[in-house]
Parts: sequence; C-alpha cells; structure tokens
Amino acid sequence: MSGRVLVGVKRVIDYAVKIRVKPDNSSVVTDGVKHSMNPFCEIAVEEAVKMKEKKFIKEVVVVSCGPQQAQETIRTALAMGADRGIHVDVTGKDYDNLGPLQVSKIMAALAKKEEAQLVILGKQAIDDDCNQTGQMTAALLDWPQGTFASEVTLEGDKMKVVREIDGGLETIKINTPAVITADLRLNTPRYATLPNIMKAKKKKIDKVKPADLGVDITSRLEVLRVDEPPHREAGVKLETVADLVDKLKEAGTI
Amino acid sequence: MMREAVKKYAHERIAPFVSKMDEHSAMEEEVLKSLFEQGLMGIEIDPEYNGTGSSFFSSILVIEELAKVDPSVAVLCDIQNTLINTLFAKLGTAAQKEQYLSRLSTDMIGSFCLSEAESGSDAFSLKTRAEKHKDYYVINGSKMWISNAEHAGVFLVMANVDPSAGYRGITCFIVDRDTEGLEICKKENKLGLRASSTCPLNLDNVKVPEKNILGEIGQGYKYAIGMLNEGRIGIAAQMLGLAQGCFDHTIPYTRQRMQFGKRIFDFQGMQHQIAHVATQIEAGRLLTYNAARLKEAGRPFIKEACMAKYFTAEVASLTTSKCIEWMGGVGFTKDYPIEKYYRDCKIGTIYEGTTNIQLSTIAKFIDQEYDH
Repeated sequence: MSGRVLVGVKRVIDYAVKIRVKPDNSSVVTDGVKHSMNPFCEIAVEEAVKMKEKKFIKEVVVVSCGPQQAQETIRTALAMGADRGIHVDVTGKDYDNLGPLQVSKIMAALAKKEEAQLVILGKQAIDDDCNQTGQMTAALLDWPQGTFASEVTLEGDKMKVVREIDGGLETIKINTPAVITADLRLNTPRYATLPNIMKAKKKKIDKVKPADLGVDITSRLEVLRVDEPPHREAGVKLETVADLVDKLKEAGTI
Repeated sequence: MMREAVKKYAHERIAPFVSKMDEHSAMEEEVLKSLFEQGLMGIEIDPEYNGTGSSFFSSILVIEELAKVDPSVAVLCDIQNTLINTLFAKLGTAAQKEQYLSRLSTDMIGSFCLSEAESGSDAFSLKTRAEKHKDYYVINGSKMWISNAEHAGVFLVMANVDPSAGYRGITCFIVDRDTEGLEICKKENKLGLRASSTCPLNLDNVKVPEKNILGEIGQGYKYAIGMLNEGRIGIAAQMLGLAQGCFDHTIPYTRQRMQFGKRIFDFQGMQHQIAHVATQIEAGRLLTYNAARLKEAGRPFIKEACMAKYFTAEVASLTTSKCIEWMGGVGFTKDYPIEKYYRDCKIGTIYEGTTNIQLSTIAKFIDQEYDH
C-alpha cells in the first residue's frame, strides 16, 4: 500500500485553559482564548508521519475546517512532517454550527477527490467530545473503520488494528482503504523542531469552500443552551469508619 | 509558532529538571541532548550544515522563552548561537565551517575564552600568549569564568601572538577539547546560574596548527568586540525572560493568597508595585527587540544593545526582588522557584560587559552624536 493519507485536524480551545460560558448561555467564550490542535489530532498526524517515515505511504495531506486561524493548526501539522495542507474555509455562523455530520461529509468528499488510501482522525475533539466524525466518514465512504486505535499495522493491502474497548483490547483486520481514529496510546506526538517549523513555511496550503466540494453544511442541530456544570459542594471529613457507615446509612445509600 | 514550540518544549522537557540542576550545579545530559534535537543550538546556522536556518531575531525569542524556565539553559543556548556559531559562520574558512558548523548544530557545544584572572573589563590586557613556530603556535596561559566549559567540545581561545603590538596581537584560536595541554579545571561554586558550568582553563604548551586560526592574526580584538555587541542583545533577552518567568510564577500566587478578607493582589499598594514592575519588563522587552531589529536591518545598534542589556539586567534585579516580597515567606524558601530567579539575575549586571561598562559605552555614543 503506497499513496496518500488524509489527516483531519481540529483547532480547539487549549486543554489547559479554564473554560467560561458566555453570559447569554449561547456557547463558551472563544475570543482571545488560547487555541491549539486537538490532542487526538496530534496523535493522528504523528501516526501518519511515522507511516511515511517507514515508507508505507507516500504523502500526508492535512485538512482543517474553519476560519483563517485554522491555517495555524495546519502549519503545526506541516511542522510535524505533513506534506501539504487543505484549508476548508468555513466562517461565522456556519462555523459555529459546524458539527461531525458536516465535517464527515467534507472529509468523505476530500478522500474521494484526493484518492486517499487512508483517513486518520483523532477519536474525538476535546471541545464537543462527539466521537462521531471518524465513524460517520467511514459510513459515508462505505469504508471499514478501526476506531479507538492504540496500534495500527499495515499487512499488505489490509490493516491490523488493536482497539481500546471497555473490556480491554480488541484486534481486528480490515481492508483498505479505511478510516482510523486515534486513541491516546497510539503514539507520543513529536515536538515541532525549529528546523521543521522553518521548512513548514514553504509547504503548500490550498484553500477551498465546502460548496466547491459539493457539500451542504446546513446544520440539522440547534444548540439551545450551554451551562456550566454544577459547582462542587464541599465534602465532610470523618474521623472513623463507624462514622462513615452512620453517614451512609443516613443518606440511605446502605 | 516558533515561540509556542519552544515554550512547550521548555515547559515539558526542561522545567522538570530545573531544581535538580540548580542544586547539583550540573546540567542534565537529557536537556543538552534535547536542545540539539530541537534545533535550538544552531538557530542561525545554514541548513547546509544541519542548522535551522533562521534569523537572529528568532534566536532572541528562543533565548527569552528558555530563560523564562531556566536562565542557565538560556545562557548555554545564547553563547552557542550568538557567540560561537556566529564567529564560525562569519570568519570560518570553508574547511573550518565544514569541520565545525555541522557539529555545532547537532551535538557539540562551544566555549568562548577571553577573560582571565587579571583581565575582565580590561579584556585586551590579556596575558595568554601564543608563540609562533613554523606552521603551528604554542599557547600558554590561563582563562577564567569560561561558560559551558564542562561540556564544550571546542574552545575559541583569544591569545596574543605579539604582546609588543598590544591588543593588535590578539588572535582567535580554535582549540579542540582533547588537545594536549588544555586543562579544564573544577567549576566554580556559584550563587546563581549554577547549572551553567563556569570553569577556569589552563593552557600548558598547547600546540595549535596555523590552520586553526579563526579569521586573521591580530584581529581577535575586533572579532571579540563585534561578537560581544551581538551577544549583549542575547543576554538582554535572557534577563528579560528571567524577569518574565519570575513574574509569571508570582502573580497567580498574589491572586490566590487571601489576607484581611481579600486577595493580596487587590491591595492598592500591591497593584501599584505590580503595575510598575510589569511596565519595566515591557520597556525592557521593547529595548531588546528594537536592538535586535536594528542589528538584523544592518543599522547601527551598539548603543541600543548596551541600553537593552543594562536595562534588562536592572529590571531582572528589581522584578525578582519584588517577587520574593510579594510571595512573602514562601518566596524565601527553596520549595518555590522564586528565590532561584533572584539568585540567577545578579550575574546580569556583571557578565558580557558590566553595567558600568555599558553605561560608559552609551555615554561615548551620546558624546559622538552631538559632534555636529
């Protein structure tokens, strides 16, 4: 198997930032807040670059959907070793309403257009935690999927995927082309070294619109309200196990 | 993006070792290795020699970010990039560049040897002597306060080939670490910047071939001044990062610590002090970046570089001193990183040109400016 891998990367609020809900409860505050590449997307990029280094594939193409700032995320992937980028331009209200269904339609269209042999995505984004885009993309393409991958091996024109599931680990063999979604233990993403950042400046990023790909990005969902989780109440410190048993009995839990 | 990458790297790969390196007065091998891996030791070196191929300004940003986490690591990176690499890149013959630049960007550290026990600010009165014999020189003397010496693979030694010519005899020699007669003595036990090795050097009949002269004979004094003018901006970046790093550790504490029913940050006395320090840091930043830009644009920059180094060293002193006060008792303990910044900053007013030297140089330029 040699050819092109498509990797989707999402620009999300940085994991270390303290999230605040807007006063009108419509969404979270994003203005002036630090953003970075979704950690699972970093793992996806790393896996693709490793495959290229092992000469299993020829080209890593990185895709991100969003406003102009999405290009920063693409550049980071280029600095990690991706070859070129595609920025799907989605702005304003369209961007606010962009969800897994629309993104997977875009990914499917690009996978066909770029004749990709493999699509690698992060298992989920840390902002909406949807965990749907990979699965939907595979369904739209009618391709096999290896989700929650903690190990991926190419065996001829098939792929062996070790998946992290509730009961432990499941190993499956799937045909290619396929969609893989990266889980935490798949790899440890490399740092973008300064020489690679310099090289990334010269790599190409193409800009397209969803309409150019024949994709309708109207949302079928409407977010009604966003609230903060309830504040955690203070706990009670107890002296002895007997006290604990009493308290639990009081609360009716035993 | 470069700044972000270095910030992330420094936070994840250097921060965990800072305390240990300070206590043991030793640079961690892992840190040295990763600095090279990240391309931080050859920032301006051409990719032809495995360098990063970036600009002087990038070096300044890198040094600033590293200094926020550990000024000792920053100075290692600063000396390599602004002094050693630049000297080789500007003055090296094709053969010298071939031999050294690739190593300097991938795994070899360099040391710059000018100061001696009897000559610091009065650098050109150095006594290390290089005697010519046919096609080689024999160097005798000793150097002091040599940074990076513990790990350096190559030493740029300033020695005088003709004391009767005064400073016009000073010549720059490339001396490899394993050269017979070169002794790297025990490192100093310092107040601050402890992870950065600072050693005396003894040169006892060190034989150096003629081809190891960097640049031209008798021009060493010029090279030294030239490089130190640039290195000055690097040190300014280090002091700037130091001040900012210390400040960044302190403010969260002032926002959490409650006394008399409110955050200590909310007391007007505190707010005024904090705002004053923040403004000083910002001013130092602008002086540093401006000096860097002037240098990159090929414009005169020496006065501005002196101002940047002098000012940021003072700001670092002020900031670290205030930060300890704002942290109260905990600022005084080694459990918190603040006291280390306080100890580290003092050298800023001393090395690579003392504050008094900087001020005299600035005055000299002002005098010239009003000549017509």
